[in-house]
Amino acid sequence: MEFQAVVMAAGGGSRMTDLTSSIPKPLLPVGNRPLLWYPLNLLERAGFEEVIVITRKEIQKMLSLDTKMKLDFVYISDNVDMGTADSLRHIHQKIKTDVLVLSCDLITDVDLYKVVDLFRTHDATLSMLMKKAPEPTEVAPGQKGKKKPVEQRDFIGVDDTGKRLLFMANEADLDEELVIKRSILQKHPRMHIRTGLMDAHLYCLKKYVVDFLVENRTITSLRSELIPHLVRKQFSSPTSLQQGLDNKEEGRKKKEQASLDIYSFIKEDNSLLKPAPDNSCWNDHRGDMNETLHEGKVRCYVHIMKEGLCCRVNTLALYIEANRQVPKLLLNLGLEEPLVHGTAQITDRGMVGSDSIIGSSTQIGEKTSIKHSIIGSACTIKDKVKITNCIIMNSVTIEEGCCLQGSVICNNAVIEKGADIKDCLIGSDQRLETKEQFLIKPLLE
Amino acid sequence: MVTLTFWPLESSTSSTTSSVGICCVSCREKGLAAGIGSPAPSATHSGSGGPSRIIPARQLLPTCWALRRKLLKVSLPPSVGSCRTGMEAEQGEELVGKARGPTSTFTCSAAPQCLHPDRAPCAHGWLWFPCGWGSQGVHLCWSREREGAGDRGAALAALCIAGRRSGNDASYYQSAARNTETECCKLSTAGGRGQRWARVAAGRQPGQCHRGTKQGKRPRAAAPRLPACMYFSSCSLRCSTSAGGPELSREEKLQLRKEKKQQKKKKRNEKGTAAEPPEPGTAADPAQPRVTPHPASPPASANAPNDGEKPPGGKSKAELRAERRAKQEAERAQKQAKKAELGQGAAPAKPRLTPTEAPSVVKRLPEHVQVDDPAAQRKLAKKLERQQVPLRQDYGTKVNLFSHLHQYSRKKPLTQQMSIPSTVIHPAVVRLGLQYSQGIINGSNARCIALLEVFKQLIRDYSTPPNEELSRDLVAKLKPHISFLNQCRPLSVSMGNAIKFLKKEISCLPDTLREEEAKEKLQGTIDNYLREKIVLAAEAISKSAFEKINDNDVILVYGCSSLVNRTLCDAHTQTDRTFRVIVVDSRPRLEGRETLRRLVRHGIHCTYVMINAISYVLPEVSKVLLGAHALLANGSVMSRVGTSQIALVSKAYNVPVLVCCETYKFCERVQTDSFVSNELDDPDDLIVQRKGQAQLGGWAENKSLRLLNLVYDVTPPDLVDLVITDLGMIPCTSVPVVLRVKNVDQQ
Repeated sequence: MEFQAVVMAAGGGSRMTDLTSSIPKPLLPVGNRPLLWYPLNLLERAGFEEVIVITRKEIQKMLSLDTKMKLDFVYISDNVDMGTADSLRHIHQKIKTDVLVLSCDLITDVDLYKVVDLFRTHDATLSMLMKKAPEPTEVAPGQKGKKKPVEQRDFIGVDDTGKRLLFMANEADLDEELVIKRSILQKHPRMHIRTGLMDAHLYCLKKYVVDFLVENRTITSLRSELIPHLVRKQFSSPTSLQQGLDNKEEGRKKKEQASLDIYSFIKEDNSLLKPAPDNSCWNDHRGDMNETLHEGKVRCYVHIMKEGLCCRVNTLALYIEANRQVPKLLLNLGLEEPLVHGTAQITDRGMVGSDSIIGSSTQIGEKTSIKHSIIGSACTIKDKVKITNCIIMNSVTIEEGCCLQGSVICNNAVIEKGADIKDCLIGSDQRLETKEQFLIKPLLE
Repeated sequence: MVTLTFWPLESSTSSTTSSVGICCVSCREKGLAAGIGSPAPSATHSGSGGPSRIIPARQLLPTCWALRRKLLKVSLPPSVGSCRTGMEAEQGEELVGKARGPTSTFTCSAAPQCLHPDRAPCAHGWLWFPCGWGSQGVHLCWSREREGAGDRGAALAALCIAGRRSGNDASYYQSAARNTETECCKLSTAGGRGQRWARVAAGRQPGQCHRGTKQGKRPRAAAPRLPACMYFSSCSLRCSTSAGGPELSREEKLQLRKEKKQQKKKKRNEKGTAAEPPEPGTAADPAQPRVTPHPASPPASANAPNDGEKPPGGKSKAELRAERRAKQEAERAQKQAKKAELGQGAAPAKPRLTPTEAPSVVKRLPEHVQVDDPAAQRKLAKKLERQQVPLRQDYGTKVNLFSHLHQYSRKKPLTQQMSIPSTVIHPAVVRLGLQYSQGIINGSNARCIALLEVFKQLIRDYSTPPNEELSRDLVAKLKPHISFLNQCRPLSVSMGNAIKFLKKEISCLPDTLREEEAKEKLQGTIDNYLREKIVLAAEAISKSAFEKINDNDVILVYGCSSLVNRTLCDAHTQTDRTFRVIVVDSRPRLEGRETLRRLVRHGIHCTYVMINAISYVLPEVSKVLLGAHALLANGSVMSRVGTSQIALVSKAYNVPVLVCCETYKFCERVQTDSFVSNELDDPDDLIVQRKGQAQLGGWAENKSLRLLNLVYDVTPPDLVDLVITDLGMIPCTSVPVVLRVKNVDQQ
């Protein structure tokens, strides 16, 4: 076997608690499918037959997926807070080969081979997927005004080809200025530093990285610790790095114990041109006297998607955005299931937009128009309702004459006659009284 | 559709009868000119009476090249129909200015002959090259609907044969000529004192070219033996110069032929009664090449009446009748026998060949030079499907001449169509294939070494399934992997040889070995191969190259050859001679930069120029040291494109050209040009990125623009002075000897 796939589906969705307080993140419906379905489908399309899913027990119980792949669920107890690196360490015994780690909140139509081929071609330590982050244009429901995203920017340095990942830093870790080590610039005098790239949390990792994780218990998160660590390691020689890392560790974590160097985990056969070092006339750089690849043993690559869909569902805004994009994706996948479920009863079919999804056994009354919206199963929508840009989950009842716009309505909510709702998030089992108007106002349980 | 180029004829040879002419620079340079004549057979071949002049092939070759190059572009106007195009090339000034049409009588008389027997005349265009030095002519016809590079190759080759008088020299050109089933090339060497006819019945011959069917594969053409399919009958066919024949109309000719046949029959009958009937297909009747219903045999017809009139005198009518009946019976039996023989033999409708002339070894053409043949592609697709390897799609439009080669895009790797945890192909092979196609592992030696290392890994991970034999199953397991790699990038000669070696080793494994032992043994043999053929060979070459590097030498190298680099570095460190190196580089790969880096790192004094500056630097160069992709059996050197240019210019400057090549890269193939078997790299490599703008970026949309990114070229043997191999320094024409010795060794 060449790769093992691991899907991380144990996260709580801490940045969108409004939604995840009632529904666990992997089960959030996106286009009437649980969020977890998307990464699994991505893997299935790529040809994987077995996937390890790290999740919590109660999530697995509620999960119903139709997939041909063999899913190997690994549970993490609820009371322990484990990072992604911890999770990977948790299952290290199951990992026999290189791994493809992805997060459960990734919805993408990327050609997975592009990421994997970077990994294969350059015999890389790490290859990952990134996408230009979309500008937050729409106001998320429940957020008053245009709030700038509080997230810290990432600075990503790539080489001329745009594939080699040279530098990675988060704004949070920086002081006033961006510090770039001289060793990087010596080897790569031209570096493009980019911001506004979103990490898709999809990583190809060598087996020895997992071994390294097992020994290095200080690393808890893949994204914020392991990956930057690997990127840094590309340009430090084994010995000097040892000291550097030690100092850092001491300074930051006050740990006396020297962390084991990743170089000690790299096996002999890592060198890219090992069988024919002097024979191939390929070189990745020019203008200096250094050997090909500067004899670096750790190599990180990134595939930056130029077009196509790639979004991570980790905030409410992104959740809505993902729902907006998904009908297109589902159409492209060529699934047998039509966007409007067969058992849905719709009086005026013409009033339903082509990019809307309607779940099973949903009843929709006369003169009800539905545009750019996703409606779950077993909902009842009465006559003369206008629904635009909304996400309506399962078993929601909407009475006559309502007007809904840009809102998210969770399971089992009831909206009485004539309600006018705009940019609202309505929690599970909520009941809205008649003739009320809501505008950009969070409504929760 | 036959394509021919017409361009205005500038020289004085322009024919009286034609408005278009063919002429090319090199023709003019050599004092040769070619003209297209009118299709009508008008004049007699007056020039053939003179003593024959021999044109050395080298002089002829550029003509052919030019011809060939020009032959490919413009289409004939459809109205030409079954066009007959005579071309004349004259040598020397004496003939310049003579008005010539197709003129020579035997041009026309040969015409119906040239037509392929299976096809209607209108389906053919035919071309005649009476390569005007008085006496030699090549008749060639090819089929319109299957016009392709191979046919052109045949035209070229046939032309070459005409130029070469010696059978030995001609042999490898012939091999190129014998390549197609559709064309029949007719070679006539009509000397002043008599005509020698040689037929290249291309029909079912193995040929060098790719156009052929199953049979067509390169023969070992450099073998000095004259290929069986070709024979020069020493008979003197008084054809064109004799009266009659050519002036006759078609009907008359047919009539004549009929008569002739009947007479033949009669003759045979008589013989049959007297003795046994002459065996068909032997050269028993040299004066009458049995299969040449060439109308240019009026002498036969002239003689015929005499033969026919010979009455078996002194017999009664009844006796005669009985005799006749017996004769008829015999004849019938004979016919049947002949038919049966035909059915078995490879010859087409006309028994152009006797079975003895048929090739003994029928070789297949490699698929990678038959891309323009849909049948071959279907076959490949089927094979790949069986092996569960996806088929890689060709990319972009190709330059006309190279439609028979694969052209892939780097951006569309084969892995696109494969599942990600690859199940059929070993992960190491997938990785290797990607590295090949991305150019990370590049260079003949590097590719071969990497391949063998991966195969070692493959063998290590292999376990024989129950009820299978290791020696058989392992070879079968290797096959899809080889197909996969071949699609990532066509295999190099070095890899091909290594694979051949490995397969042989596997199949020769004794059955008594346990699996572990067998695997270990195989890995050992691979290690040995790597050490002996590559590492030690490089050492030996660099040692013997020391002798050739003198003090104060200026050595010119081209591109990046691991062997040349090593040789130079060794010479620098191990001897105290001081020399200087000029590194010549070329776009698009700019591999010379890597050479430069390595040499400078070793402290060698270097100069770096691009290939267009070569004539500027050559006067100061004392030696040219080149690497090679492969050495072919005719002594040609196949190497990175540009090498032959360097060799040519070096020759002009009288600078010795030395080629370094390990003997494991020697190849039994024969190639005289870079067209037939070559590799096309990704044309997108030629796109220039300048200031953020991609010039040529939208080349694919432009219908009249095609990019050619050729990988190899072939340097003719006479441009190479010496080859430094692990066996010592040899002339490049000794390749067949080395190959033969090797074959003996292996057996």
